[in-house]
Amino acid sequence: MASQEQKNVSSRTEEEQLDEAPLPTPAPDSGAGQAATTGVDDLLDEIDGVLESNAEEFVRGFVQKGGQ
Amino acid sequence: MSVCRVMGAETEYGIHTPGTNTFNATWLSTQVVHAYSRETGHRAAAGGETRWDYTDEDPLADARGWAVPRSQADPSQLTDVEPELTAAQIALEGGETLEPSGPLMMNMVLGNGARLYVDHAHPEYSSPEVTNPLDAVRWDAAGDLVALAAVRRIAATPGLPAINLYKNNTDNKSVSYGSHENYLMPRAVPFNAIVAGLTPFFATRALICGAGRVGRGQDGAGTGFQISQRADFFEAEVGLETTIRRPIINTRDEPHATSEKYRRLHVIIGDANLSQVSNYLKFGTTALVLDMIEHGTCPELQLADPVATLQDVSHDWELARTHLLSNGRRIRALDIQWRYFKAATAHAAANGSSDPDTGDGHTAAVLQRWEQVLNGLGTDPMALAPQLEWVAKLNLLQQYRARDALAWNDPRLGLIDLQWSDIRPEKGLYYKLLQLGKMERLVSDESIARAAQQPPEDTRAYFRGQCIQRYGANVVGASWDSVIFELPNQRRLQRIPTKEPLRGTKELTGALFETSPDAATFLGRLLAGTH
Repeated sequence: MASQEQKNVSSRTEEEQLDEAPLPTPAPDSGAGQAATTGVDDLLDEIDGVLESNAEEFVRGFVQKGGQ
Repeated sequence: MSVCRVMGAETEYGIHTPGTNTFNATWLSTQVVHAYSRETGHRAAAGGETRWDYTDEDPLADARGWAVPRSQADPSQLTDVEPELTAAQIALEGGETLEPSGPLMMNMVLGNGARLYVDHAHPEYSSPEVTNPLDAVRWDAAGDLVALAAVRRIAATPGLPAINLYKNNTDNKSVSYGSHENYLMPRAVPFNAIVAGLTPFFATRALICGAGRVGRGQDGAGTGFQISQRADFFEAEVGLETTIRRPIINTRDEPHATSEKYRRLHVIIGDANLSQVSNYLKFGTTALVLDMIEHGTCPELQLADPVATLQDVSHDWELARTHLLSNGRRIRALDIQWRYFKAATAHAAANGSSDPDTGDGHTAAVLQRWEQVLNGLGTDPMALAPQLEWVAKLNLLQQYRARDALAWNDPRLGLIDLQWSDIRPEKGLYYKLLQLGKMERLVSDESIARAAQQPPEDTRAYFRGQCIQRYGANVVGASWDSVIFELPNQRRLQRIPTKEPLRGTKELTGALFETSPDAATFLGRLLAGTH
C-alpha cells in the first residue's frame, strides 16, 4: 500500500531526526545487576527442580485446538 | 480522560493433560468451568449454569459499516448462538470424555463481574470492565487465580485427569489462541482514523508488551527467539475474523453498550501477559493512543507493509533492524514508539491529564513507565528483565544456553517457553521469578486475591457481580449489558439492561444492594426508581 511515495526521499524530515536515539536518561536501578553474578546458578538450579521431566516429549505432547 | 476509559481483558488459556492427548479439548474446558462453579458454589443454588444472554451479541457486524452474511461466515465466527455441547457433538470432534451423559457446563458469570466460559476449545476468562490500566492488570491477574482454583479443584477430584492451564498464545504447532483487549470508544470517531493511528503502534507494541517465544513461523519450526507469541499468526491489516486470516485491526462491532454512542474496540493482536509491567503498559499506552486518535493528535506515519513489519519487529530481538515507511524512509521500531510517546506526552500535557497536581494520576504514571522502558530498550535492554516479559524470558533462556551450551532448537528451551506460563505458582517459571523478587509487582497479591472475589466498584461490573453474589439463585442469565432475574411465583423473567458501562457503580447502587435482603425487594425498588 501507498508505495507511490517511496521515491520521495529528498527532504530530510522528522523520521531521520528521530532515527538518532533520543537522549537516554538512566533507568532506575532494577537490582538485576547484582543478581547477575551470584544468583544465576542458584536460580537455574531451582528452576531445574521444577521443570517437567523429558522436555522433548512434554513439548511435543502440548497440542492445542484452534482458538481466536 | 487520557489513559482512563472503560476497558477489559480476555484470556484464552492453553489446556493440556500431561502424558495424553486423548481427551477432547472442549470437554476438558467444560471441566474447568464446572470445577470453578463447585469451588465457588455460586451456581449450585440455582442448580445449573448462568446462561449467557446472547440478545446483544452481533459478531458479524463490521465496524467499517457492513455485516457479513451468515452464509459466508466461518462457523467459528458465529459466537452469538448458545453452543449446545452434547456427547454426540463431542464424539464427532473426537477425543475421549468421562461421564459423557453428565451436564456440560459452558458458561459462568462470576461474583467479580467476570465471565468464565468455554470458547472454542479453550477455557476463557473475560475480565470485568475497569476504568484504568492498573485495574486492568489487577482483574486480569485475578483471572489467573480463578484458573488456578479450577485446576486445584480438578486435581483434587478423583476420576478426573490432571489438567494444566497455560497463559500463553500458541502450541508452536500452528495453533494460536487469543488474549484480547477491549476499549470503549465514542462511535463518532471514524474507523479509518482508528486504523491509521493504531497500525504503526500495534506493529511495534510488542517491544513493551511481547511475552517472548521460542520458535519462528506459525508451526515454530524456524529456529530462534522472537519478541511476540502472536505476531507470526497475523496475515491481514484490517478484518472481521479472529480465528482465521487474523488482522492487525479487528473490525468486530459488538459494542455491548448503547450502540449509537459507543463502539468497543476489540484488539486481538496482544500477547497474554503475566508480567505486570508489560500488561500495564499494554493497556495504558494503547488507551493513550486511542485518546490521541479521538482528538486528532496522533503521530502521522504509515508503514509500507504493516504485517511484514509486525513480524520483522517480533523477530528482531536484538533491535537492529529498520522498517520501511510508505514515504520510502526507514525507521527503527523503537523510534516509532518514541514518536508515539512524545506525541502522547504533549497530548496529555495539553489536556492536563498528566499534571502532577490536578491530573488523574494514571496518565502521568503510564507516561513515566513508558519512557523508562523506551530508554532501557535504547541503552541496555536486558536490564529490563524485571519489567518486560519478553526480556525476562529471554534472559532466563540465555542463562540456560550459557550454562548448558544449548542450541536454540534444544527442547529444553521450548519447555522453558511453555512452562513459563503454567499458571501454578510452584510450576510456572514466571511465578518462580516473581517469588524470587526478580519480577516487579505493580499490584499486591492481596489486591489480586480480592479482585478474584469482588468486582470493580466504578463500572457496571459492580452491578453484575453484586447480583451474582447476593441474588445468584435468582439470576438465570447475564451478559455484558444485561442481568436476567427469575423470581419465585413470577412467570415472566425480568431482564435488567445495563447498557451504560459507567452506571451500575457502587456509588449509584451500593446502598440499594446493602438494604435489599432478597432479589424481590431489590428488583422492586430498582424498577420503582426509589434507590
